[in-house]
Amino acid sequence: MNNSPYFLQPASVQSVMLRVLLALIPGIAVYVWFFGAAILVQIALASVTALLAEAAMLKLRGKPVMMFLADGSALVTAWLIALTFPPIAPWWLTVVGVLAAIVIAKHLYGGLGQNPFNPAMVAFALMIVAYPSLMSQWPAVGFTEFLPQWQAIFGPRQLDAITMATPLDALRTALHTADARATVAGVLGSSASFGNIGGKGWEWVAAGYCVGGIYLLQQRIITWHMPAAFLATLFVISGGFALYDPTRFVGPSFHLFTGGAMLGAFFIVTDPVSGCTTPRGKLIFAAGIGLLTWIIRTFGAYPDGIAFAVLLMNIAAPLIDMNTQPPVFGHKRKAGGRP
Amino acid sequence: MNVVQKLFGFHGGVKPNYNKEASTRLPIAAAPAPTRLVIPLHQSIGGPPRPLVKAGDRVLKGQRIGDADGDVSSAVHASTSGTVIGVEMRLMPHTSGLSAMCVVIEPDGRDEWVERKPFDFRAATPTATRDYLRDAGVVGLGGAVFPSHLKLNAGKQGRLDTLVLNGAECEPFITCDDVLMRERADPLLRGAAIMREMLEASRVLVGIEDNKPEAIAALEAAAKRANDASIQIVAVPTRYPAGGAKQLIRALTGIEVPHGERSTDYGVQCFNVGTAYAIYEAIELGQPLISRIVTVAGNVGQARNYQVLFGTSMRDLVALCSPLPDTDRIIMGGPMMGFRMPSDDVPVVKATNCVLVGSQKLFPPPPPEMPCIRCGECAKVCPADLQPFEMYWFARARIFGKAQEYHLFDCIECGCCAYVCPSRIPLVDYYRFAKSEIWAREVEKEAADEARDRYEFRLLREEREKQEKAAKLAAKTAAGREKAAAALAEAEKPARTPEEEAKHALIAAALERAKAQKDQVHPENTGNLTPEQQAEIAAIEARRAEIREQAKPHLRQDD
Ligand code: SF4
Ligand code: SF4
Repeated sequence: MNNSPYFLQPASVQSVMLRVLLALIPGIAVYVWFFGAAILVQIALASVTALLAEAAMLKLRGKPVMMFLADGSALVTAWLIALTFPPIAPWWLTVVGVLAAIVIAKHLYGGLGQNPFNPAMVAFALMIVAYPSLMSQWPAVGFTEFLPQWQAIFGPRQLDAITMATPLDALRTALHTADARATVAGVLGSSASFGNIGGKGWEWVAAGYCVGGIYLLQQRIITWHMPAAFLATLFVISGGFALYDPTRFVGPSFHLFTGGAMLGAFFIVTDPVSGCTTPRGKLIFAAGIGLLTWIIRTFGAYPDGIAFAVLLMNIAAPLIDMNTQPPVFGHKRKAGGRP
Repeated sequence: MNVVQKLFGFHGGVKPNYNKEASTRLPIAAAPAPTRLVIPLHQSIGGPPRPLVKAGDRVLKGQRIGDADGDVSSAVHASTSGTVIGVEMRLMPHTSGLSAMCVVIEPDGRDEWVERKPFDFRAATPTATRDYLRDAGVVGLGGAVFPSHLKLNAGKQGRLDTLVLNGAECEPFITCDDVLMRERADPLLRGAAIMREMLEASRVLVGIEDNKPEAIAALEAAAKRANDASIQIVAVPTRYPAGGAKQLIRALTGIEVPHGERSTDYGVQCFNVGTAYAIYEAIELGQPLISRIVTVAGNVGQARNYQVLFGTSMRDLVALCSPLPDTDRIIMGGPMMGFRMPSDDVPVVKATNCVLVGSQKLFPPPPPEMPCIRCGECAKVCPADLQPFEMYWFARARIFGKAQEYHLFDCIECGCCAYVCPSRIPLVDYYRFAKSEIWAREVEKEAADEARDRYEFRLLREEREKQEKAAKLAAKTAAGREKAAAALAEAEKPARTPEEEAKHALIAAALERAKAQKDQVHPENTGNLTPEQQAEIAAIEARRAEIREQAKPHLRQDD
């Protein structure tokens, strides 16, 4: 028989995870609208793989399979992988990515709640290092036709017509390669992949994620600290450099509404298990990711920097937590109390 | 009275379903005296009282049957008149299922009081008043049963700013303070006035959660009648645990009293409203504490508050409320911090504010525990500003030192963290476990430490003795050499005169005496030690003092 409290709030890991999935739906809907149904195929593929891998690992580790399978955490990882991978990536890329996340990043570290690294970002980082070109083939805006997308995933692949460089990629190659002469304005004007504020189409997907993020905030599943610190850092640093040299550095709105910034801000940076937990720690952690993201995006070799930024900060998280413990009741002021 | 009191609030807290309506529909009723009263002698924090009666004695209502054992203790009285049929071990209202000494009384139905006379505390010295309250058995009625006389002592800095009366009553289901405030507001405030005088406090703040508008109105009206401008009734937002003494003090005054310190050192003292009423009864009516209001609620047909004689069996009390057939447990206290009783045949005691009747349906067993996902929900609601999941982590891994570093002992076991945890981890169980382990280890360590100290001292002594021996040996050989030299010289010189021999003996005797005296002055063998050795002993002492400090009984002074 249990002890007090005898009363528990009706909350569960499952309900938390389901609400996270729910929060992803607006972004996914916009995604489908602009880029076709391929992403749904990828989500389904990732989900099935994740559930099978999760079940197998639980069985191997002698854990109650149904109880943990129902917690929904594997699905969240799967969806995030699908949403960060190119929607027209070959099926095996997604499958291998999901397996890496569930088997290596999650269960080899002890399963739910034990992983020091964000599993979805481990998958992304591994795949982009191993298959940089496959991970860089993104669909062009407007090519929403299902058949070629299906073929891109399951073969035979004929990509030329439907891919194009992502806005981040295009910018970086144009601006920061050896004989870069281009200016931001020139690049932005030259390519069809740039929209009004961010990447064309992507800016609206980002807005969809933002809506989901606000829902998570309202549900108190995430706190404001991480999204705010991440976005603010990205905004300030990109804004600062854009002011300093607008021809070479692209402005903040582009950074915030391109690539995985919004998805990252509300769904990836906020992963509680691998991140910081103290309020001040969360701010430092997310600001660090913002800074590293900007650096990798601007000077690095990969199209988006969020995955590496997250993993780097994951390493630092325990240290940050240790040094940002909030003062406990009665120990806030040295004198011990009187306000 | 209608001065707007600034509120400070406190961090965290939760809003469980309060379930308070059912037991407030009917007024307080007197529970009938049962056929047997089992009155535990030890009903407060501190030393267990000594029994004053034996089997066969006739006792009167209010007669003292257990005498306070020293000052940190509180007397116990017969709740009604009758015959003592035994002083024996009986099951206690405690989860442990342990038994303790109880006075068992068979009531005679006459309910005959001892002589009662009011106590003129204004004419008495503060010490005499405190002794009187100790002998009247007045203890904190909020559940912690800390002897009240110990708290009715102005702080070290003399005058106290604020007397806080705790009428927040934040635990779900419990309404005994609510009905007390509604029905007995005037005497309650008279008790408060007595306390204020004893503490020389300049104001009284009565904190009540704003979900009790009737109680607030009743007390406001009573304060108006009493025409006492120093009393303010303050509605605090309804949020568990607003009734935690520290949380209420913080909400009302902004002062945070750190763990292990006295609120009086910050100019505040806090009592439960029930205690104020008990003080009124003791001082103005001359009645010792023999009964209290108890809420019976939960899985019953009719929840209600009863005035219950101490020693009444919970089974008899619950029977008054027609418990439903699927009842499977009895909890003393509320659902957040209460304790499951080992049986329903345990007595109502001074700590019993509520007898909560439970069933599987009302309090379903929690779903299986999942791993912590570090979501931080627990930290968001912790009123002590702790990081519960970190403490959980270390408690579970049995790394108790680390758990302590995360302020395990600042945890008030309010249960907010476990209440919100999506992984359904029984967090408070882990803290209770870790605390008891640490206490057990400290007791062990204390014993081991003494042994080790003895051992270390022995080593030091042996070391010293060795040095002395060596010194003596050296002296001897030196002396021997001298002797040899002297003998050589002797051979050449005339022999020592008898006078010289006598002088020598005298000097030797004097030296011997001086040495003996020196030994007397330093009986602990620490007299003639090298600085290093002394430093070592100091280090040992410091270590022990630190442990003693940590092992200081973690008494809850909260009311
Ligand atoms: S609420 Fe539960 S799951 Fe969340 S951090 Fe606290 S202990 Fe872990
Ligand atoms: S039980 Fe302890 S750790 Fe949990 S919320 Fe209450 S004070 Fe904080």
